Amino acid sequence: MAKSQSDFHFIGKPQRKIEGLEKSSGRALYADDIRLPGMLHGKILRSPYPHARIVSIDTSAAEALEGVHGVVTGRDMPTTYGIIPWTPDEYPLALDRVRYVGDGVAAVAAVDEDTAIRALDLIRVEYEELPAFPDPVSALRADGSTPYVHDAEKEGRNGNVTKHVHMEFGDVDGLMETSEVVVEGEYFFEGTTHTPIEPHCAIGLWQPDGSRRDGLGEPTRDERGDGTGADSGPRTGSGKLTVWSATQVPHYLHRELARVLDVDPARVRVIQPLVGGAFGGKSEPFDLEFCVAKLAMKTGRPVKILYTREEVFYAHRGRHPFHMRYRTGCDTGGRLKSVDAEIVLDGGAYASFGLVTTYYSGQLLCAPYAMPAYRFDSTRVYTNKPACGPKRGHGSVQPRFAFEVQMDKLAERVGLDPVDMRRINFIGENTRTVNELRITSNGFLECLDAVERASGWRDKFRKLPFGRGVGVAGSTYISGTNYPIYPNRMPQSAVQMQIDRSGRVAVFSGASEIGQGCDSVVAYVAAEELGVPLEHVRVYRGDTDFTPVDLGAYSSRVTFMLGNAAIQAARKLRQMVQQAVAEEWDVKPGEVLLAGGRAMWAPDTERQMSTREAFNLAEAKFGTLGARGWYDTPKDVHGDYRGGTIGASPAYSFTAHVAEVEVDVETGFVDVKKIWVAHDCGRALNPVLVEGQMEGSAYMGFAEALMEEQVFKDTDHGRAGLHDGPSLLDYRIPTSMDTPELESLIIESIDPEGPYGAKEAGEGPLHPSIPAIANAIYDAVGVRMDRLPFSPPAVWREIQAARGAGTLRKPPC
Amino acid sequence: MPPATEIVTLMVNGDRREVGVPGHYTLLEALRYGLGLTGSKQGCDKGDCGACTVLMDGEPTLSCITPIREADGRRIVTVEGLGTARGPHPLQDEFDLHGAAQCGFCTPGILCSAAALLARSTNPSREEIREALSGNLCRCTGYTKIYEAVEAAAARMRDNG
Repeated sequence: MAKSQSDFHFIGKPQRKIEGLEKSSGRALYADDIRLPGMLHGKILRSPYPHARIVSIDTSAAEALEGVHGVVTGRDMPTTYGIIPWTPDEYPLALDRVRYVGDGVAAVAAVDEDTAIRALDLIRVEYEELPAFPDPVSALRADGSTPYVHDAEKEGRNGNVTKHVHMEFGDVDGLMETSEVVVEGEYFFEGTTHTPIEPHCAIGLWQPDGSRRDGLGEPTRDERGDGTGADSGPRTGSGKLTVWSATQVPHYLHRELARVLDVDPARVRVIQPLVGGAFGGKSEPFDLEFCVAKLAMKTGRPVKILYTREEVFYAHRGRHPFHMRYRTGCDTGGRLKSVDAEIVLDGGAYASFGLVTTYYSGQLLCAPYAMPAYRFDSTRVYTNKPACGPKRGHGSVQPRFAFEVQMDKLAERVGLDPVDMRRINFIGENTRTVNELRITSNGFLECLDAVERASGWRDKFRKLPFGRGVGVAGSTYISGTNYPIYPNRMPQSAVQMQIDRSGRVAVFSGASEIGQGCDSVVAYVAAEELGVPLEHVRVYRGDTDFTPVDLGAYSSRVTFMLGNAAIQAARKLRQMVQQAVAEEWDVKPGEVLLAGGRAMWAPDTERQMSTREAFNLAEAKFGTLGARGWYDTPKDVHGDYRGGTIGASPAYSFTAHVAEVEVDVETGFVDVKKIWVAHDCGRALNPVLVEGQMEGSAYMGFAEALMEEQVFKDTDHGRAGLHDGPSLLDYRIPTSMDTPELESLIIESIDPEGPYGAKEAGEGPLHPSIPAIANAIYDAVGVRMDRLPFSPPAVWREIQAARGAGTLRKPPC
Repeated sequence: MPPATEIVTLMVNGDRREVGVPGHYTLLEALRYGLGLTGSKQGCDKGDCGACTVLMDGEPTLSCITPIREADGRRIVTVEGLGTARGPHPLQDEFDLHGAAQCGFCTPGILCSAAALLARSTNPSREEIREALSGNLCRCTGYTKIYEAVEAAAARMRDNG
């Protein structure tokens, strides 16, 4: 039986974040705020060509420059890495070949950045240019007469294909044949990038004597490295490597640093300071992390590298451009019968998370609507551009755009209100999708009700004057993945918690705080379970030396997994405290309440003591108090087919949006007036943080819909492979003046397996923004926008075409 | 820091500070690397994002494109100087209460822009707030919580006279 809100003292109420004042006071430390004694500054030399062989690299002049302490090239780290263990296809620095403009070739450590930049100019690299593949069409047409982006593993295979997935569930062709209404459409989702305001930054520290101190890693005078022994090379047999990085995956960084640099993982430490935004853009190792580590090992001095904003755009790993074709069939009542999708993903130069992206492009579409038959055929293609990877809503934002527009087109054909169209296809709760994903709690209908009501949908849809319109869309997303990136049977998330006679709770959390609030979530759990005020909880996080392993901040997994781990640890401690107090009072342990800094006897709450006194009793009875909590996902609740594990999650969130727009038919400018966002997050542990995620997601979706495109020049326009505008002026992200009004409507379905019933809120609420806006544009002026972004020129062209065809008008009811 | 070629005087957060810097340094570099005031952030180094915003003689200023010589002798307030020993500035507290800082990286610049707004307008409209913050990019919040925090801070400052 789920607890009702009144059963909680702390959870479910607006709370401060534990690091909130630290951030608003300017005291919070991010990677670039850290300066170590004797620290050098590094820079990376990058390829000016999209595809070329490296004939030779001469670093002698750079090494001879005064103030330069070390130079490394690909030869210093000739081991491939990759976040997905099956597809390691990149080197920390290019070995023999560069594959995009911006690929790293050499790195320098010098006394200051100015000197490092001068040194880069002195490195002579001889390239032999190769024909480049600027887009998936040319890459797929390749016949091997010129080198593929990556060499084909098997003879006869196109080496430009990263991954191909073909899956079919149910009788797709048969049900399509018998569908009374079939809509077919081609869609294009342009690439976009994360653009965290904090650029990537990392610092490497090498302690050759393998310090066994327990300190925070600040080097002592002996360890600072004064240049002596700089040329003797690292003694990897005994040294200790510490890397600070603005990463959202300290654990994977730890693994890859150890593997690539051949240092025992027991002697690698990764520290994650506060991170200034990530959104998926810091969820795998990057060249700078390997370079600071290697340069620190080589020079004996700490080394920092901070990306320029331009480098952040080239590092990318953002949203893949998707070319999509959908056929969707339904009966005359609007019930979905068959869905058929064909997708080409433009992957860029490296695999990154691409294997998962390719599966996600199809696997995550099968809710919140029931579909009896579904097929997708997805091909990820290498091109000579910065690699694409996971951006908020990994792999499922693009197909969701296409599919929700398809739904809108179907609704019109069968004469249904698009909100009702979505209602009648609701998949339900405690069910399975056509691809056999297990759905538990599901508040999608409530989400639809909420946005319909709040937006005044019934008075607006097809009723607003020409030029104004509303659109609706729905979506689902995972709360983490049941199977981790590398196969293992260990917990996905864990905490260690200790309490002592001071009355304080200390939590050691492996999770990655990237602004989403996971440090606060564990603190809220501790406060709820142990009854202490929030300011008596300390959260120690982001250091692989003293926190248990958590896999990282991605796939919306953290609250669900970390929350469950924290509850488990806190309840073990609570039981000890209850038992000790119960003995003191000679009552039953279950009658001891812990809340508001007090331990109370439930039958007579006048009988009480402070939690500090209660902790003293417990420490006296049990000795030093500590507890571990961990969480692992349910297994074997997915389809028994190859790829069936991908997309399987312990719980799914659901979202519905309504967007209202005004379209200027003379300029093509789309003014989004407001977006109503209803999101089923299970229980909202802190509604303020949940709303923040919903608003931030809707904002980011809006941005992709109207403004953002991560595009590169082709051969006809300047040098091929150059970013079209790698700055925050040219790559336009919304300012406060651009961003529409956003209204959050939290729906709480209370998930049976979530921590206090919680599910994810960080990524799901992005998905419907884009199709909701597309559908609203159609409602406004009768023009379908099937290609992103809906920029004024693109919208204007469609308007002109409609004007010519005589279809520029309010669509019929 | 590269070799210093000149010494400038800044009135930073009420303190008179002399700092030796290379001539090409910006105000942001002098603050962060010369004076250890790391609260002001570098997001783009081109004046595009606003994370480096400080108050120079009371005006919101992009410190990453302000040559250090232009700041010589001027009165600078950074995020570290908004509050007092007795407690944070109402804006800082309301940002915390409203969840207006997610990752927190744009926050120092936004707070400086907002502080300048509240110094000239005790009861700004939502539209005035949007305009005042239009030079500060936030990638996390969608700005909604930020507006609410600024409005709450303005109300609190009005109540406190």
